[in-house]
Amino acid sequence: MTEGILIGLTTALSFQNIFMVMIGCFFGTIIGMLPGLGPMTAIALMIPITYGFDPATGLILMAGVYYGAVFGGSTSSILLNAPGVPGTVATSFDGYPMAQQGKAGKALAIAAWSSFAGGTLSAIYLLFMAPSLSKVSLSFRSPDYFALMILGLTAIAAFSSKGQFLKAMMMVVLGLMLASVGQDSLSDITRFTFDNMNLTDGISFVLVVMSTFAMSEALTIILKRNDPTAAAKQVSLTELGSIRINKEERGKMYRTIPRSSVIGFLIGVLPGAGATIASFLAYGMERNLVKDEEKEKFGKGSVNGLSAPETANNAACSGSFVPMLTLGIPGSGTTAVMLGALLGFGIQPGPRLYMTNPEIFWSVIMSMYIGMVILLILNLPLIPYIARILAVPKNYLIPLILFFSITGIYVMSFNNFDIYLMIGIAVVATFLRLYDFPMPPLILAFVLGGLMEENLRRSLLLSNGSWEFLWDRTLTVCILVTTILIVLWHIYKTFSKKKS
Amino acid sequence: MNINTTKIISLLFFIFSAFYLYTAYQIQVFAFDENAPFNARTFPIYLGYAGLFFSGLKLILPDPDTIKVEHRTLEYKKTALLIVIAIIYGATILKVGYFLTTSLFLFASYYFLGERRWVLMFLLSFPFVAAFMYLLHGVLEIYLRDPFLKSIGVMG
Repeated sequence: MTEGILIGLTTALSFQNIFMVMIGCFFGTIIGMLPGLGPMTAIALMIPITYGFDPATGLILMAGVYYGAVFGGSTSSILLNAPGVPGTVATSFDGYPMAQQGKAGKALAIAAWSSFAGGTLSAIYLLFMAPSLSKVSLSFRSPDYFALMILGLTAIAAFSSKGQFLKAMMMVVLGLMLASVGQDSLSDITRFTFDNMNLTDGISFVLVVMSTFAMSEALTIILKRNDPTAAAKQVSLTELGSIRINKEERGKMYRTIPRSSVIGFLIGVLPGAGATIASFLAYGMERNLVKDEEKEKFGKGSVNGLSAPETANNAACSGSFVPMLTLGIPGSGTTAVMLGALLGFGIQPGPRLYMTNPEIFWSVIMSMYIGMVILLILNLPLIPYIARILAVPKNYLIPLILFFSITGIYVMSFNNFDIYLMIGIAVVATFLRLYDFPMPPLILAFVLGGLMEENLRRSLLLSNGSWEFLWDRTLTVCILVTTILIVLWHIYKTFSKKKS
Repeated sequence: MNINTTKIISLLFFIFSAFYLYTAYQIQVFAFDENAPFNARTFPIYLGYAGLFFSGLKLILPDPDTIKVEHRTLEYKKTALLIVIAIIYGATILKVGYFLTTSLFLFASYYFLGERRWVLMFLLSFPFVAAFMYLLHGVLEIYLRDPFLKSIGVMG
């Protein structure tokens, strides 16, 4: 492990990679601050840029964008009560009241330090947990992988659906259907190509991500007449107040940060959960753990209430790398985008990644520490200025998003058909978004489609076509029982909500 | 049954799944693979049934939390214009080249979205695309096909 850490450290500390972390954090912070444009869009827009780098640098850049976006989302939550990303909604519960009391600078500082501590602590957990889990996951067989993918898809559908589980499951099926277009990996038989040569290699992952996120988000903003940059124009540089945190406030944070980082990391590791659930759980847990007098302050500008979700959402970001790096199965839509990009580089994440490509595995973990320091430097003194940069009018922002999306596809294939296909999928996705059909399940399903079919094929061939493989191994049964429990819990929650 | 747009989308998805399932059954497999436990059409067939199942459930089950979209407030005109410009951009990019089409696409998009600051519009289209092209082609060595720049001798 020490050797791996050293390799990772050397790679992460190269000038190019430090520069990439800085670029990623800066770009991610800006996109994260814009309500409506989340980390998935930010990462999708970065994919064409990563083509020019080696896989480790590409992943470091994308990781920087990811936690930069979550970090940046907290700023608009605190200053404007308009969370940039869903993972920072809980931040606004106490961050915004604090800002209204004239303590915006202090709220930003608490958020910045909490995010820094949460991200750094969870990077340490990741450092120790990832290799151990990689060793455990070497014992996984095809049926376990198949069951794990079912679990991941069900979980992301349950957690991202906002009570619309069936809609999310329809998106999962649509993602798998899109992944089935093109040549069958084993027999080379073409499927669903309708004699169109352009579809023989299947639909590109970058195309699906760009169209369902970057492009459709841009079209949705225009269609709904939203202005994501309007909020930034309201930020006043002079009314932020001091960023100093006093001794009493620091004392509160010392107690909140460790427990919130643990809960954030563990929730991040779970497939489908992620920063939003982590931040809400950490907020709820903190409220139950503090003294009654502090409990009264929750929702009115509590230090604990602000620190807990900020710690947890950043810890969850690092946690979500665990299933991706160790099992090759992304736990969230954002890590699914990164997995797809890695597959594009010809790298197969999974239990053997840290043995076959130690420089990628360890350098990503190491770059997280560097990223956290850079984010702290960015967020504390520079945030008001970055917020002002955001006042770029919507009229410029939208064409630029479309430009980056189309360029991404153009440099990949030099093919008109791909651009038309992208526009077509983006139009459908925009329409589906209007009616709250979630897109992350579609992306996760699209990325997992090929792997899922491969593992089902192996399982069925080994068991001679019998579905007994689903209950032959204890591990498979445990994973499937968890899946069933998630579905049952979701059904119970839906019915209890309707009753109340 | 309460008919709303979500139900219509579910119905469309149901029809799409039925078509997908029909096409899945039509996938030609090798003769020796026909009775194999798993062949090229197995997984798509399961997916077709899954699509029918979930969209069917969505159609049958009541939907009290239905999403209501105020169509009158939506900006269809500008959205459609942007889509048309993007299609024209896609159709011309290979023949004309990256630099000119991208710059014109950006300029036209700014204009149709209501921007009228001409100098800024120009700066954020032609010089911006040139700088971006330099980053991709010159620094990152990502090949960019551009017949126009090639014809005037700017690009090798």
